[in-house]
Amino acid sequence: MGKVLMKGNEVIGEAAILAGCHYFFGYPITPQSELVAYMAKRLPEVKGLFLQAESEVSAINMVYGASSAGVRVMTSSSSPGFSLKQEGISYLAAANLPAVIVNIARGGPGLGNIQPSQSDYFQVTKGGGHGDYYTPVLAPSTLQEIVDLTQEAFRIADQYRTPVILLGDGMLGQMMEPVEFLKTDNQIVIDKEWATTGTKGDGSPKTITSLDLNDVKLEERNCKLQEKYKLIRRNEIKVDTYLMEDAEMAIVAYGTVARICQSAIDRVRDEGMKIGLIRPISLWPYPTDVIASYCERLNKIVVVEMSAGQMVEDVRLSVEGKVPISFYGRTGGIIPTVEELVEQFQMHGNGVLR
Amino acid sequence: MKVVFERSKGLLNTETHYCPGCTHGIIHRLVAETLEEMDVLEQTIGVASVGCSVLSYQYFNCDMTQAAHGRAPAVATGIKRVLPKDRIVFTYQGDGDLASIGMGEIVHAAARGENITVIFVNNAIYGMTGGQMAPTSLLGQRTATSPEGRQPQTQGLPIRVSEMLATLDGASYIERVSTHDVAHVMKAKKAIRKAFLTQQEEKGFSMVEVLSTCPTNWGLNPEESLQWVKQEMVPYYPLGVYKDRQYKGEES
Repeated sequence: MGKVLMKGNEVIGEAAILAGCHYFFGYPITPQSELVAYMAKRLPEVKGLFLQAESEVSAINMVYGASSAGVRVMTSSSSPGFSLKQEGISYLAAANLPAVIVNIARGGPGLGNIQPSQSDYFQVTKGGGHGDYYTPVLAPSTLQEIVDLTQEAFRIADQYRTPVILLGDGMLGQMMEPVEFLKTDNQIVIDKEWATTGTKGDGSPKTITSLDLNDVKLEERNCKLQEKYKLIRRNEIKVDTYLMEDAEMAIVAYGTVARICQSAIDRVRDEGMKIGLIRPISLWPYPTDVIASYCERLNKIVVVEMSAGQMVEDVRLSVEGKVPISFYGRTGGIIPTVEELVEQFQMHGNGVLR
Repeated sequence: MKVVFERSKGLLNTETHYCPGCTHGIIHRLVAETLEEMDVLEQTIGVASVGCSVLSYQYFNCDMTQAAHGRAPAVATGIKRVLPKDRIVFTYQGDGDLASIGMGEIVHAAARGENITVIFVNNAIYGMTGGQMAPTSLLGQRTATSPEGRQPQTQGLPIRVSEMLATLDGASYIERVSTHDVAHVMKAKKAIRKAFLTQQEEKGFSMVEVLSTCPTNWGLNPEESLQWVKQEMVPYYPLGVYKDRQYKGEES
């Protein structure tokens, strides 16, 4: 097929179709609306279904219904709308239903604004809704990476029977880059014998529920969920590193901001600073051990986020006090520039690098 | 020996949790018998809601999915839209679930002409949570959250859901029935059958509102409860067909 120039939001849509997702229930909200529009146009062409729901709440519950009927299904939103989906995501997690939910995050809290932000990190990585649950979270930093991670999101969702979050920001959703739609190697097809599709031919009725009034049984059910999370933690950690081989100072950043950090790192490297980048791709499960493995060599870690400091807490948990950590963040939809990051890295690197 | 009465094949052989005198059991049976008679049990997916009927997935002998509070019509939409057309999808919802928290979902499912069947059980109260005021509670009705009786100035007026949904062009078949005596139970069965046939014939959205009892939270015995439906509820919620469109997109 070769490379095509596309917008981030549209790339998510096409990658989902490549992953075999033919059902999408959406609701408009900036800056993810192009995804909804793309699916409205594109899904009928592949004999799929796009439906615009009356609210984000309804859209996620349509996803719950479609997933319980055994199909690959997706919905998307942006921060305030994502909050509205949170109840449904808790139900999906509890009922062991696979689905992919996209959050093209914007400035918050409240209605905030429509500029890019990473301030939904806590919400997506720490469960977000009620109850003891997690959702795997994948955070691409380029449009090409969206192609892979969207497919991975569906693979993980089906393999573990769990909702999976694809987290981007307004910048990733709105920017255009050339991409190639290549299938990932680890495609799976799961026989969803648990789906409620009618009992025809398969005996006794199946039920999908998150309710268990018996405390002992509910604890058993919760323990099974935790077992699943253990397995996901073991198998599904994704992380990228850049110039970490000899680094004495590490920048930890994810998503689009990691790209800006990379440019700033190149500039500072030119001045002789031994600095590298650790870019978590799976935000849950978090690459704790990978970050910890660099502790011996590092004199300093700087965490950069478009938030008031959320992922920095996971970095602190990873290094357990062994390396001094600084944080630099911008909020409200402001994207840090390369120049301002260079200045930060120089300041923090000053005196700590050998 | 001749069998004169037996459990519907549409119901599982289990005891329900419903209170004595509650008509959920009758309504379950009417739905189950209808699905059995139409021979569609094996291709039916039911959606349980939140409230007293939350455990209905343990009683119906068909595939069942349990939805979040008020969201059953959205869940049913998701199921219906992705499965082959021969599947029958229904929701079973109470008045707290459908007429309060789930008002958005039911209105838009009807407006879309979603080809599902909704069994709407209206007993004018929240049962499961202990007898609080519902949007359908009658004026003057004493509940845990309207201890002095529902007052229009402070608590507003009861909602007539069937009449309201019938105004939507997307709705195809809407009828209100009651369970307060045998004759009305038989009529309710006919309405439920008509609603499922509407879906099977792909005519779009169908809903049967069934007036039902809650002896426990009304503080009445089962017999008094049936009388209360007849004397208090039916006058405010008149029985009858509110919408019966022959074809999608065409009024009868």
